Amino acid sequence: MTTSNSLVYLIALPLLGATILLLAGRRADKWGHILGTLMSASSFGVGLYQLSQMLGRSNEARPVTQKLFEWISVGTFNVDAGLLLDQLSICFVLLITGVGTLIHIYSISYMSHDHDRRRFFAYLNLFIAAMLLLVLGNSYLNLYVGWEGVGLASYLLIGFWNQKPAYATASKKAFVMNRIGDMGLSFAIMIAFATIGTVSFEGIKEHAHHTSTGALTAIGIMLLVAATGKSAQFPLQAWLGDAMAGPTPVSALIHAATMVIAGVYLITRSNFIFDAAPTAQLLVVIVGAITLLFGALIGTAKDDIKKALAASTMSQIGYMILGAGLGPVGYAFAIMHLLTHGFFKAGMFLGAGSVMHGMNDEVNMRKYGALRKFMPITFVTFGLGYLAILGVPPFAGFYSKDMIIETAFNSGGTKGIILGVVTLLGAGITAFYMTRVMILTFTGKSRWDAEAHPHESPILMWLPMAILAVGSVSSGFLLSRGDALVNWLAPLFEQHGEHEELLAPIVVSGLALAMVAIGVVVAFLKYSRQEVAAVAPENVSVFTKIARQDLMQDSFNEAVFMRPGQLLTSALVKTDEHVIDGAVRGVAQLALGSGSVLRGVQSGFVRSYAALILIGAALLIAAIWVVI
Amino acid sequence: MDAANYLYLSALLFTIGAVGVVVRRNAIVVFMCIELMLNAANLAFVTFSRINGDLNGQVVAFFTMVVAACEVVVGLAIIVTIYRSRRSASVDDASLLKR
Repeated sequence: MTTSNSLVYLIALPLLGATILLLAGRRADKWGHILGTLMSASSFGVGLYQLSQMLGRSNEARPVTQKLFEWISVGTFNVDAGLLLDQLSICFVLLITGVGTLIHIYSISYMSHDHDRRRFFAYLNLFIAAMLLLVLGNSYLNLYVGWEGVGLASYLLIGFWNQKPAYATASKKAFVMNRIGDMGLSFAIMIAFATIGTVSFEGIKEHAHHTSTGALTAIGIMLLVAATGKSAQFPLQAWLGDAMAGPTPVSALIHAATMVIAGVYLITRSNFIFDAAPTAQLLVVIVGAITLLFGALIGTAKDDIKKALAASTMSQIGYMILGAGLGPVGYAFAIMHLLTHGFFKAGMFLGAGSVMHGMNDEVNMRKYGALRKFMPITFVTFGLGYLAILGVPPFAGFYSKDMIIETAFNSGGTKGIILGVVTLLGAGITAFYMTRVMILTFTGKSRWDAEAHPHESPILMWLPMAILAVGSVSSGFLLSRGDALVNWLAPLFEQHGEHEELLAPIVVSGLALAMVAIGVVVAFLKYSRQEVAAVAPENVSVFTKIARQDLMQDSFNEAVFMRPGQLLTSALVKTDEHVIDGAVRGVAQLALGSGSVLRGVQSGFVRSYAALILIGAALLIAAIWVVI
Repeated sequence: MDAANYLYLSALLFTIGAVGVVVRRNAIVVFMCIELMLNAANLAFVTFSRINGDLNGQVVAFFTMVVAACEVVVGLAIIVTIYRSRRSASVDDASLLKR
């Protein structure tokens, strides 16, 4: 452990940028985007500095901590606002700030016509700051602050064009679904506090081995719920598609560098909990496996280029969650896939934004076609990202995805075979829908609207795409050369014994490539050999219809949660009005009614009062007489 | 002479007074009837004192007289005031307090 005073600048710089841009108002319109980009870039610089320092130290001395201030101190319970930068979080810091900065640069040009560009950069900086706090917090409570900050920033950015009601609704949907996950995280923190008595990573790691498996399983499941919310995993995945309402750079940021990777980070960071709670770990794998197929199937039917990419994110994050759920053997590969995915998915999203930029913000791929000739740079960068996500050697995805597939096969027994087949199947479907996106967008005949004049994007937009494309090509090779990333992360995870190998790596790669080839060929036959209709055909199979509606996820949520929820709410309102308010009003009515009846007795005539007293006295005497 | 006869007289006087309070409208007469009831009670106290052979009843009778004297002072003052403002001593007219 080493201490450092410069960690806080990682977060403080983008946070300062956001504060200045939000407070300065219209005065900052002229230079706001430059300041925002500089803040993000300098945070990246601090990250690089930290990496260089870290590389010079031995494994044990690599984690860096910084105590900011004493946050909560009650009795024996102490939480410091502290930062922790270790081998795991430095990967995230560099991905967040690096890809984040590229997206900032891209946005300068992409958002140049938007008169609220300054506010956009303020939110981008806030997003980066919150995400950095999330990965740098040294306890679950500190992480939670960043976690909520990410939720807020994503809400602001998805609903950036909130003048359109549908977009505002999409941001609300994302926020509400994320809240469900947030509940999971807060429950996990509460259980950890109640059973272990501490919420810091270090403290829980120390006490994990003599804590009951039941408590650890409960914490693990709650953490998984949290991860499914932020990472758009089954069953809290429905917000991701609608989140495409935000400007395209936001989609790139959410899908590659921030937000959805938070869940993978949470599970990897909590490795000491999941390793000790096999049930929770199995659930993680199941969630990952379901989501990777779920997302891939949705991807096959989407005509909206951003939604197709969103579905692919869901599926790829499914791979990461699955990898993280495989235990110590899988964590490093999950992180590796996360990093390579960060490059190629950000590149493809920025490419999609570039296509939209040239096509009057048209997102329907059926109205694209033949754009290869008009947008050569976008085509090449998008194409490199495409080869990377397919897992074609030697592009990035080949190294990271194949390792997850291989680990899945080798996880042992029937579970291993099922997981292996699922991941292989996912690879095949991924190849199919990504090839479909490529063919529909860049090849074939043009199916544009009359007013479309496609053109290549300016340098500020294609330069980040080009840099990301370089990452898509090389990152996998660099990270896996000599098991670089695996060895880098190894000190953080429990060491594991050698596993017997069900299939040799070369066989797995061969199978995966075969699946990819099948996917590509099917997509080629279906979309390149035949005419593509400019309007989506209606007479399609029932499966296509279901996939177009996101596998009925919204209908399911509406039928199972929303409508009963509304019924419950209206029933509660009625109960409140009639039973609770009724009781209160009833008491008042009773007093009023009895008062008006009894008022008749108060005639004001002294003689009748006297007569009543007399009668009363007589009755009293008579009663006493009878009793005695 | 049998002491019980005094009690009968007392009961008779009390009844006359009570009926008077309920039946008559003139405040002065009602007042006099109340005095009659008080004195009927006094008679009963004194009689019981005689029957029991101690002075407790007589002492209470003195207290009653003091209370009656005070009551006369306050009551007559009220009646006179009401008569001055309303030109009437009827108890039924003074029924405004109910509102």
